Amino acid sequence: MKYILLVHHPKDTFDAPQNPADVAAGRAYGEALRAAGVFVAGAGLVSPQNATSVSVREGKRQVQDGPYAETKEFLAGFVVIDVPNLDAALEWAARNPSAAHTPVEVRPLAGSYFATGAAK
Amino acid sequence: MGESGTHAAIEAVVRNSYGRLVAYLAARSGDVAGAEDALSEAFGAALQRWPIDGVPQKPEAWLLHAARNRLIDGARRAQVRTKYETFLQIAGEAGDVATMNAIFPDERLKLLFVCAHPAIDAAARTPLMLQTVLGLDAARIASAFLVSPAAMEQRLVRAKNKIRDAGIPFCVPEPQEWTGRLSFVLDAIYSAYTAGWENVIDDGTTHHALAEDAVALGRTLVQLVPEEPEAYGLFALMLHCEARRNARHDRAGEFVPLDRQDRALWSGSLIGEAEKLLRTASAMNRMGRYQIEAAIQSVHADRAVSGVIDWREIALLYEGLVRIAPTIGAQVGRAVALAESGDVAAGVAALDGISGDVTANYQPWWAARGHLLQRCGRNAEARSAFERAASLTDDPALRAYLLERAVQ
Repeated sequence: MKYILLVHHPKDTFDAPQNPADVAAGRAYGEALRAAGVFVAGAGLVSPQNATSVSVREGKRQVQDGPYAETKEFLAGFVVIDVPNLDAALEWAARNPSAAHTPVEVRPLAGSYFATGAAK
Repeated sequence: MGESGTHAAIEAVVRNSYGRLVAYLAARSGDVAGAEDALSEAFGAALQRWPIDGVPQKPEAWLLHAARNRLIDGARRAQVRTKYETFLQIAGEAGDVATMNAIFPDERLKLLFVCAHPAIDAAARTPLMLQTVLGLDAARIASAFLVSPAAMEQRLVRAKNKIRDAGIPFCVPEPQEWTGRLSFVLDAIYSAYTAGWENVIDDGTTHHALAEDAVALGRTLVQLVPEEPEAYGLFALMLHCEARRNARHDRAGEFVPLDRQDRALWSGSLIGEAEKLLRTASAMNRMGRYQIEAAIQSVHADRAVSGVIDWREIALLYEGLVRIAPTIGAQVGRAVALAESGDVAAGVAALDGISGDVTANYQPWWAARGHLLQRCGRNAEARSAFERAASLTDDPALRAYLLERAVQ
């Protein structure tokens, strides 16, 4: 089964300079996921200040600065992994360096509408 | 055996088989609701056929065979190919188990761990266990948990969907997770034991609505994990409480507190069974919350022989309990034991030391406070504490008792 691990951070952490130890921990985590053969995709995201939202209303494209919702925490990164079950996914979520500061949300992927190959 | 006797025997077999069959099918498909669905007709057929043909030699095999058609139907309807194959494979295996002398695997432990998985809403764990392992219907569970049957049904459906869609595995936890995960199972069973109140028609008294079902789960768990002292501890705790069921109310249906109960009304055989379980547990040398709680009840049960309550021993046990499981119940118990073993002021101080956030709506704290304040002669404060306690219980017999204590 494919699961996405979602990490949300408070807005100010996006602007703070990156701690070299955190960068190293993130890289090591990515390597561990690849070494285990469970890595499908994943990336860290830049500040939500650089986000732009698009919607189509009554046939007209509307472009807006920033993310759609006003929240305190923003998506900061994600990993898609392919593991046998939820326990295995939770295991990888717990190893994510961000789990020490913020909850990592684990969600199964629904059948994919975009890519080839189903979520299973 | 009369007709009602036959019917009761059949229901007992069905009830015992229910959890084993749901567990067997769900462990293979990962789909609890699908397993229940496949079995529903089989159980209906059993209730029709068995009174006429007699209970078959291998009831589970009979039921599984009867469920095969439904599984094959399920395969036909399945839209996803992988699911179709799973269904057919299970139907095939079910046929083997039903017709050959293959040993029917008991997967109930896996099912218990799935029901009490931390990814399942905590409020759904106990109901899920009661329904999938014992086959209780949502309406009965709902009334014990004081929610509407529709709301309970929805809670159960949501939990079953999550098991299937989030891929919660049917397996026993890894050794490093075992203790934590087992404690979720124990807590869910204990929460079934203490859920809600039910009026007993004959004598107008009340008792926990699902007590017997929880005891059945406790018995099952001890069979499934015979190496786990806490499973014995929990089972012993429930049996000690069950032993006093008839003494908890007097003839008029009024509540009698534990230290005033007529010990002749306690069940000697249940106490004996509980004591035996506790001895088995303590021989394993791994102390835990439920063993200590059962040991406290065991000291109370000693009054049947000695005529006195060894409050010092109880205070000591609560001291240990508070150290490993500082729940509010344990802290209140410790305060009362301190007071009863001679130091009332220390008891009151211990009660006052518990954070007001958790005591505000906790009935036993107010009742204990009323009791201890009365003993220090602080009657006005005791009165309001008892009134507050009375307003926080949902057991009518206990409410009447607390209001009576308020005016003493």
